[in-house]
Amino acid sequence: MTNLLETHDLHVYYGQNEALKGIDLTFEEGGITALIGPSGSSKSTYLRTLNRMNDLIPNVTITGTIKFRDQDIYAPQTDLVTLRKEIGMVFQQPNPFPFSIYDNVAFGLKLAGEKNREYLDQVVETSLKQAAVWDEVKDHLHESALSLSGGQQQRVCIARVLAVSPQIILLDEPTSALDPISSSQIESTLLKLRTDYTIITVTHNLQQASRISDRTAFFMNGEVIEVDDTKKIFMNPARKETEDYISGRFG
Amino acid sequence: MNSKVSNQIAIATLYVIASTIVVILAALLGYIIISGLPALSWHFLTSPAKAFTAGGGIGIQLFNSFYLLILTMIISFPIALGAGIYLNEYAKQNWLTSLVRTAIEILSSLPSVVVGLFGFLVFVVQFGFGFSILSGAFALTFFNLPLLTRSIEEALAAVPDEQREGGLALGLSKWETVLHIIVPAALPTILTGVILSAGRIFGEAAALIFTAGQSAPALNFTDWNPFNISSPLNPMRPAETLAVHIWKINSEGIMPDAKAISSGASAVLVISVLGFNLLARFVGHRLFKRLTAG
Repeated sequence: MTNLLETHDLHVYYGQNEALKGIDLTFEEGGITALIGPSGSSKSTYLRTLNRMNDLIPNVTITGTIKFRDQDIYAPQTDLVTLRKEIGMVFQQPNPFPFSIYDNVAFGLKLAGEKNREYLDQVVETSLKQAAVWDEVKDHLHESALSLSGGQQQRVCIARVLAVSPQIILLDEPTSALDPISSSQIESTLLKLRTDYTIITVTHNLQQASRISDRTAFFMNGEVIEVDDTKKIFMNPARKETEDYISGRFG
Repeated sequence: MNSKVSNQIAIATLYVIASTIVVILAALLGYIIISGLPALSWHFLTSPAKAFTAGGGIGIQLFNSFYLLILTMIISFPIALGAGIYLNEYAKQNWLTSLVRTAIEILSSLPSVVVGLFGFLVFVVQFGFGFSILSGAFALTFFNLPLLTRSIEEALAAVPDEQREGGLALGLSKWETVLHIIVPAALPTILTGVILSAGRIFGEAAALIFTAGQSAPALNFTDWNPFNISSPLNPMRPAETLAVHIWKINSEGIMPDAKAISSGASAVLVISVLGFNLLARFVGHRLFKRLTAG
């Protein structure tokens, strides 16, 4: 299997402050990778570098390479629009747009110029089903997405990303603003998606990482301490820092 | 004095202050409306003013006020929207943008009579527009732009950053995000700002005395060709507005029923401005509800 996404010697600086200190990680197609680590370990920074969301922050310097299907995504000829369609992102706070549920999910396609109503209907339905929220919203697709609960909003946001059929889905603590029931619904949604999509999620919830992920990368102080199969990381970590963290001795 | 007593004194003082304001406002509104109501009639609202005899109306002035308002909005809204978007979405925080913001603040605190005299020199004299609706609309644009820009900027700033990130993460360009997500999300607040500033424009007199002029030539309401001088739509004709009319009657009106006309016109003006305010609340509230609760 070839690597879908890989980073080599990735450094990120905010002004003088080095947030990421040379990250080498590879992601194969499919499965869920969890990025764990204490607050301030720069795992979110890493995630947001993968679809160039960090470009927006003033004073940020990024060195090293990130290759998506062997293409350097920081190369000048990279089309950001295409890149972000291939590498979608779900945020910590559910952020549906102030439109109807239907328009939220169809938004990416509509802006890309898709006008065929039947095709749009079909994509909206498939995406909402994949995101496991179809049954709850199918009868009020044309009501505002802001009227949904936080958990439903988050799943609509996942559907919105799925609608543009990305290769990779990045999730930045997708359940930390949600109640336990909504969180577990999101988790089972992700488990269903793991066969068709490559999922990379940042989480503060160690149980969540152990429940859903295939691989886990442990970040600390801007470095990857250890990356391995999730089972190995949680049962038999190679590094003492990892063991200390997952057994709750710090962090 | 213990804290309980001082708390009660504070509450009582605040109640007194608040009720004083309410009483003053109610008395003013009540006086204007009650003394104006007897003059109001369909005839009064639709017929032209008379200079020397009784029985004149405010029809042309009322039309002028609305036409001027619409023209001003057509000119100032796109500029204010563009400026607001630039300041909130694109501008970097540096000396230039803080200079722009300061300039806007200064512009908003200019006395309207100064804006009027400036408009007179620039548009009426220099550009040769004469006393006309167009000169008035440009002067009112200067008067309106700062506050409208500020209110649009604030409306955009109130849209959470998550919305911007959501748009960009979907592969939208920055401009697409602003156009398709941020502006629609801010629309209820923007609309409220527009309607409130409409109320301010509607009641403005000083800036118009020297720009839109103090005369209201007879209009032919069957002629809608904007190039004819007697057409209501002609932007180059002098156009006394309602607020200017009130000022004029009170300073040099010689018709026998000047007082009644002035009271009636004031009542119409106040009711219109009140209407704009209620409309702003209603529309903003409705739009907000439609966006949030389906």
